Amino acid sequence: MQTFCRLYEQLDCTTATGGRVRLLTAYFAAAAPVDAAWALHCLLGRQRRRLITGRRLREICLEGCGLPAWLVDDCHAQVGDSAETVALLWNRQRPDPTASRAALPLHVWMEQILPPLATVARGDQGEGPSQAAAVHDLWCELAPAELLVVNKLLTGGFRVGVGPGLVLQALAAFSGLEVSLLQHRLMGGFVPSSMAWRDLLAPAGAGGSAASSPYPFFLASPLPSPAAGGAPLPGSPDGWLVEWKWDGIRGQLIHRAGQTFLWSRGEELINPAFPELVAAAAAHLPAGTVLDGEVLVWPAGATQPAPFHQLQRRLGRKAPGARLLADCPAVFVAYDLLEMDGDDWRERPLGQRRAGLEALLPAAAAETTDGPGCRLRLSPALALAFWDDLECLRRQAAAAGAEGLMLKDLGSPYRAGRRRGSWWKHKREPHTLDAVLLYAQAGSGRRANLYTDYTFGLWDGDPAADGGPQLVPFAKAYSGLDDGEIRELDRWIRRHTRERFGPVRAVEPLQVFELAFEGLQPSSRHRSGIAVRFPRIARWRRDKPAAEADSLASARALLEVSPDAG
Amino acid sequence: MPLPPDGLLTLTPQGLYCPAAEAWIDPWRPVPRALLTHAHADHARPGSGRYWAVASSEGILRRRLGSGIALLPVEYGQRLRIGGARVSFHSAGHVLGSAQILVEAGGERWLVSGDYKRCADPSCEAFAPVTADVCITEATFALPIYRWRPGREVAAEVLAWWRSAPDRPSLLFAYAFGKAQRLLAELALLGVADEILLHGAVEALMDPYREAGVQLPPTRPLTSVARGESLAGRLVIAPPAAQHSPWMQRFRRPQTAFVSGWMAVRGARRRRGVERGFVLSDHADWPGLLQTVRETGARQVYVTHGQSDSLSRYLREHEGVAAEALEGDFVVERGDVERGDADRADADHGDAGNADLLPVV
Repeated sequence: MQTFCRLYEQLDCTTATGGRVRLLTAYFAAAAPVDAAWALHCLLGRQRRRLITGRRLREICLEGCGLPAWLVDDCHAQVGDSAETVALLWNRQRPDPTASRAALPLHVWMEQILPPLATVARGDQGEGPSQAAAVHDLWCELAPAELLVVNKLLTGGFRVGVGPGLVLQALAAFSGLEVSLLQHRLMGGFVPSSMAWRDLLAPAGAGGSAASSPYPFFLASPLPSPAAGGAPLPGSPDGWLVEWKWDGIRGQLIHRAGQTFLWSRGEELINPAFPELVAAAAAHLPAGTVLDGEVLVWPAGATQPAPFHQLQRRLGRKAPGARLLADCPAVFVAYDLLEMDGDDWRERPLGQRRAGLEALLPAAAAETTDGPGCRLRLSPALALAFWDDLECLRRQAAAAGAEGLMLKDLGSPYRAGRRRGSWWKHKREPHTLDAVLLYAQAGSGRRANLYTDYTFGLWDGDPAADGGPQLVPFAKAYSGLDDGEIRELDRWIRRHTRERFGPVRAVEPLQVFELAFEGLQPSSRHRSGIAVRFPRIARWRRDKPAAEADSLASARALLEVSPDAG
Repeated sequence: MPLPPDGLLTLTPQGLYCPAAEAWIDPWRPVPRALLTHAHADHARPGSGRYWAVASSEGILRRRLGSGIALLPVEYGQRLRIGGARVSFHSAGHVLGSAQILVEAGGERWLVSGDYKRCADPSCEAFAPVTADVCITEATFALPIYRWRPGREVAAEVLAWWRSAPDRPSLLFAYAFGKAQRLLAELALLGVADEILLHGAVEALMDPYREAGVQLPPTRPLTSVARGESLAGRLVIAPPAAQHSPWMQRFRRPQTAFVSGWMAVRGARRRRGVERGFVLSDHADWPGLLQTVRETGARQVYVTHGQSDSLSRYLREHEGVAAEALEGDFVVERGDVERGDADRADADHGDAGNADLLPVV
């Protein structure tokens, strides 16, 4: 554990990529296989389970540090991270190194010491005194730097500012294997053990992968704006496959050796949530087939998929009921063929993969409105003769229930991860509304102690009514301003605070911002009655007085309506 | 919360005012009579008619406010009669010549702490506790996450960091007045005798420290090192404002660090974009603030600068002291300030933005 903490500290104070790769490589080389496997798991941010929430961690700290709760909250607002706040507040005596468990290896911590701390909570007394006592005991054994790392492992938010790409680069340098091979071997649930580490680093070509094992997803990059008058992409449109960009969740559908697996892009097996897709794949796909595509809710007979919030009702359900299955029927819209007859097709050009896919899923399937075949559909290829027509096509995306367009190089292989050049996404223009800044809260991490989490409101009510229209909170946004604007707004917020509610400041409703977002959905959980998807700040409208901001009525006019609801 | 209208001190648009002495303490704008706690730019501003300040800060004040200012040097503990008040300056332990200012009149004692710290600092006089009826304290680092380790330990870490990179220049950012000299003095105590290179803004403040008898390692302005001469293995100390300036082009693959109390928090360090953060502050930490308020024995405390709400609430609710945050144009130092914000933290410590980068003659 101490070695891993030292790695964390060293990575944290090294900014050069080469230096970080060297640190990681040295760690992998020196660590026992099982510890290296756990370290990789943590560094890749694959810890799924949050053993203890940040809030609970602060509560436990509160019980032992003798400070009032509001002061711990003030500290948390300043630090922006529960694990670190606790590490800074928990100032006990230096631990006795002979009595400390800190020297035990990482896998002992991950397998034996930390997990029971979560189950103490779920035991007899809930999140009771026994859990607090166990955590206090642990903290007393740790030096401050170790305390930080352990808290981060407990809260499941282990991030060192080292991205997965860099970790894989180091692993590739250490093992002499290709990054893409490592990525593939890591797909579909890497359970840390010395065996898993050995399999991961086995020579290329050694060992077969499990039937369930998915391929790494290839990710598209946003299409850069073309120079004035220039073509957006090289060559003529003939060299590119143009498709709708579907607004669902990315999925990989595998049918191998009599078994079927549906993986999400987050590498979660989502078979239980979508039994009809699993059944359709089992019935209709030949053995040794892997498809890349989009999971959508698409009611029978509808010309376009249901809005994303219908799909959300299906996500995370272990066993959806008959009613939900009928209300929100799922389809898998396939757009790539990664494996055919058990052969890896990823190196073949897209044109060939597409032809294979079309042979597998006749376009007619998309037209079929009943029968199990309609569950698996082909993502239609859109006709584009001239680059000049691209904008016109993109504008039709909304009517097709799509987020925009995808442009894929027909000559390109299927790569792993986000690699620029052959897959581009071209989203439709976002909706925008002008809203008034109402509340601000300090951010976390890099943005701790800066007011960067904003809540915006829209006008609601009749101007003629008593008190006139009111501002109703409508959306939160965290991104879109540059560093200079963030600092300027932070200063403005500090000078124009009307009231403070713990870490939140209510400000004078004077500043107007243009918010961009992907869509609006009806919601009973929000006071405004509207849930906003991916809101971000498009512009600071310094020119606009608050009275001229948009109203809730104009937001309602943008609500997405399910096609079946008319 | 404003000060009571009938108190020994009131708040005017120019700053804290003592009617009995007809003088302001650390005024924000030019006034006829200014009593200065110390020479940092957010406390010592130019243009006033007459200044009172501790004698050991005179050299720095004249460099910063003009050599011709009317300055009356004062010794620590000396009781002056100014108008109808008794005024005395007591060591604050913040930087060379820093003071708490005690005003006595009508049988009352009011203490203005200025900026202060309780940790040992070989570059200035130690903090001297003073009792008072009313105390006005700063609260820059008034949260219990801020607890300082001894400067000696931090300097040893800096030294180890420097020695660990014999093949690269070690570039350390520190406030030019106070922090840089404190660190140099600590290094001297650790036996460092190699020459340390200084940015012009730091170099300009070395003479007053040497004149005050502070033991320092040999130093030399970076500008005197010939271009092209290797800086590998050398320690260079520069003000924070230099970090994002063309001045940096001088260095090949430097390792960088920032020395500041703000470095206690990881996010603040990451915003700075330096590799290492060394936690060393010239302000009081949480225990230091509480200890100081207790030792004044004050029945009423007013809190300025930074976390004034947190400190005043804690004093009220947990120490049984009448305490209020004091609203005013007190410049609040914060850890997240970067280049372009010359009016903020860097300026607070006299490292005023770009002016800082010019060699001081």
